[in-house]
Amino acid sequence: MRFTLFAIGLSLLGSNFGGITASYAFEIEDQRLYQVTNPEQTLRVISTADIAAFAPLIQGFQVSYPRISVDYTVASSAEVMAAIYDEGARYDLVISSAMDLQTKLANDGFTQKYVSGETARLPNWAKWQDQLFAFTQEPAALVISDRAFEGLEIPANREQLIELLRANSNVFDGRIGTYDVRSSGLGYLFATQDSRNTDSFWRLTEVMGRLNTQLYCCSGAMIDDVYRGRLALAYNVLGSYAENRLAREKGITIVPMQDYVTVMMRTALVPKNAENPQIAARMIDFLLAPSTQAILAQTTGLPPIFTTTPEAEKALRPIRLGPGLLVFLDRLKRQAFIRNWENSIQQK
Amino acid sequence: MTIFLTSFLIRGSMQRRLVIQLSLIALLLSLVLFLIVRGVADRAAADTQDNILAASATSIADALYAEGGQVRLELPYSALSMLGTISEDRVFYRVVVDGETLTGYGDLPVNAAPNAAKQAEFSTFEYRGEPVRAVAVTRGVGSQSQRVLVRVVVAQTRLGLAQISSRITLWAVAIGIAFFFVATGLSLWAAHNALAPLNRVASAVTRRGPNDLRPVQAETPAELAPLVGALNSFIARLRTSLTRSEDFIAEAAHRVRTPLATVRTQAEVIHRGLHKSKNKTALREMIRAIDESSRSAGQLLDHAMVNFRADQFQAVNIDLRALAAETVDRLSPTAELKDIVITTDDQGGDFAFSGDPILLQNALRNILDNAIKYSPADSDITVSLFHQDGFHVISFADQGRGFEGVNLDNHLARFKRGSNVEDIVGSGLGLTIVDEVARAHSGRVSIKTNKGAGACVSLYLPLA
Repeated sequence: MRFTLFAIGLSLLGSNFGGITASYAFEIEDQRLYQVTNPEQTLRVISTADIAAFAPLIQGFQVSYPRISVDYTVASSAEVMAAIYDEGARYDLVISSAMDLQTKLANDGFTQKYVSGETARLPNWAKWQDQLFAFTQEPAALVISDRAFEGLEIPANREQLIELLRANSNVFDGRIGTYDVRSSGLGYLFATQDSRNTDSFWRLTEVMGRLNTQLYCCSGAMIDDVYRGRLALAYNVLGSYAENRLAREKGITIVPMQDYVTVMMRTALVPKNAENPQIAARMIDFLLAPSTQAILAQTTGLPPIFTTTPEAEKALRPIRLGPGLLVFLDRLKRQAFIRNWENSIQQK
Repeated sequence: MTIFLTSFLIRGSMQRRLVIQLSLIALLLSLVLFLIVRGVADRAAADTQDNILAASATSIADALYAEGGQVRLELPYSALSMLGTISEDRVFYRVVVDGETLTGYGDLPVNAAPNAAKQAEFSTFEYRGEPVRAVAVTRGVGSQSQRVLVRVVVAQTRLGLAQISSRITLWAVAIGIAFFFVATGLSLWAAHNALAPLNRVASAVTRRGPNDLRPVQAETPAELAPLVGALNSFIARLRTSLTRSEDFIAEAAHRVRTPLATVRTQAEVIHRGLHKSKNKTALREMIRAIDESSRSAGQLLDHAMVNFRADQFQAVNIDLRALAAETVDRLSPTAELKDIVITTDDQGGDFAFSGDPILLQNALRNILDNAIKYSPADSDITVSLFHQDGFHVISFADQGRGFEGVNLDNHLARFKRGSNVEDIVGSGLGLTIVDEVARAHSGRVSIKTNKGAGACVSLYLPLA
């Protein structure tokens, strides 16, 4: 499962790789120390965003704060949760795309409060309790292979997608990709939000199951396989990743769904046991600063939270931060959802 | 402090006292208002949270079902999301079946005794470092034989409540302060208004002249009626007493004057029959003393008459010029005895006047009489008639000793005489009578010492 990041070729093993993990059971995917010449302090970040995406931000941060080393660790959202919630690993800043898990950390008292001029600028839906701060908003997208869709009508909503899949099972059999919601926190978040937003979600899942849908851990891998032609379409892919790839290479199309588009917000939080909360706070301010937000999309491919998107795109449906996100983390609820999903996708 | 305040309250003005007391009441009411507003609003906010918690717990309880003898639960999305709609409070829940946690936060306290009869039980306690408000709902799940009691607890921190509470407190403070200022302003106004009749009565009494002993008739509220009544009855008593003493003086003077005339005549007769110059001188002294007494008695009578007529003032049309001429005529014989020449300087014009002729005559006679009395033998007295600044002026200038080195106002007071007149018979009532007559006619008397010699007494009476 870890192969994706390695396949992207960004894995740069830090000098003290393994030193941190020695005392903990959670698994990390990647780690890198951004060392400065005369470090005064070290900011320890655990994040779900891969190093390639986040490196420009760290370098930008170190231009402003040249005496701060940054120790950046990448882990899956579930492992991030395990590290902070179960094992009490000490990090100064946690950045994750799994809004539900981040909300649970804040709700269950694992985070500390921070208020500044930058956080005050955030709209209310982009922060929670002054403990969770969203700095990107990333839509879930349908990505299709241009080659596979030759002669086919591109669906504009989920109903049309279901029709299309039913009508062209020969084209799509075994060539549909989506998240494995059992292993991917983000996939689970997208799927549960879909189940809330539309009744057609379960029908879509059944249809996809009948067509032997491939299950993935990560958006990157799905996009790669769409390019390679192994997949005709990938459902609920992170749109920002796809756009990044599309900027470099043609061959895929990001289909704007007109019924609704689930929008995930990447959030940052400062754990209660952080060693350097004041440096973590500087990083949060840096991430939210207008100068950073203005170039966020260009440097990292992550769409900024302060967006200039016209109001016309009403179909955007941001996932709301708040206790509602805890519902699908409930043990029984999760069991029931996974059971339903497995039954639908017919993969046991 | 208390003593000072009390004495301040008692000794201070009524208005200040009223304002301070009303302000203190307003302060108390503001405080009560603040407490009520905050109490009610806090209660309302707390009730809102309780209601949402109860709704949340109930919706969880409603989602419970039994499957193969096992209690199952599909946590409704709205059960927790509704708690996030009004505040960003942390939320905890726990579902307990037979003392075993089915799902949720295993360490969330649950009251020991489940009570299915009760709708919802609320409690407040500390959980994970923060005070939380919790609700517990009990529900029986399963068929008759396998029925189990399931307890659902939903808890929420109270940060949102604290925010609402502090906002409400701010409002309550603002309302309380505003109420205090409005009430104080109104009480200032009310105190001023309530005391206005009192000021009206006071100024009505202050404004009146020294001889005005009419009852006070200012419009007064019922509360002031006893005070005004008492004041009026006091004035009436004072007037009666004054009248009685005036009457007494007049009576006494009258009774004395007649026998004095007899005594004087007899003294004259005896004087003529005497030959020893020593006895003659003694008798002359006696006659002089009798004259003085007689004159005083006469003036006392005059004064009583003037007072009486001034009180019962009745005006008729008269000619001041004729009146002046008549007075000069009447006193010319007396003047001639001292070889005094009285000349009249009439500057013309109309001297028609509406007044009491007897009073005015009396006043003119007194002035001229004075002038003759204090003039040396073989001198002149000039009576001038002219108009000045809206007044008829009748002025008597003599060449006597004048009013030396004394306060001129004193001459107008009863029984006050100048300091340079010990050798001349006089009662000190003359100019007082003149002054009272002038006042009764809304005029005045002017007394001046001439630059050369002598005095000038002028009677000013208003034109029309």
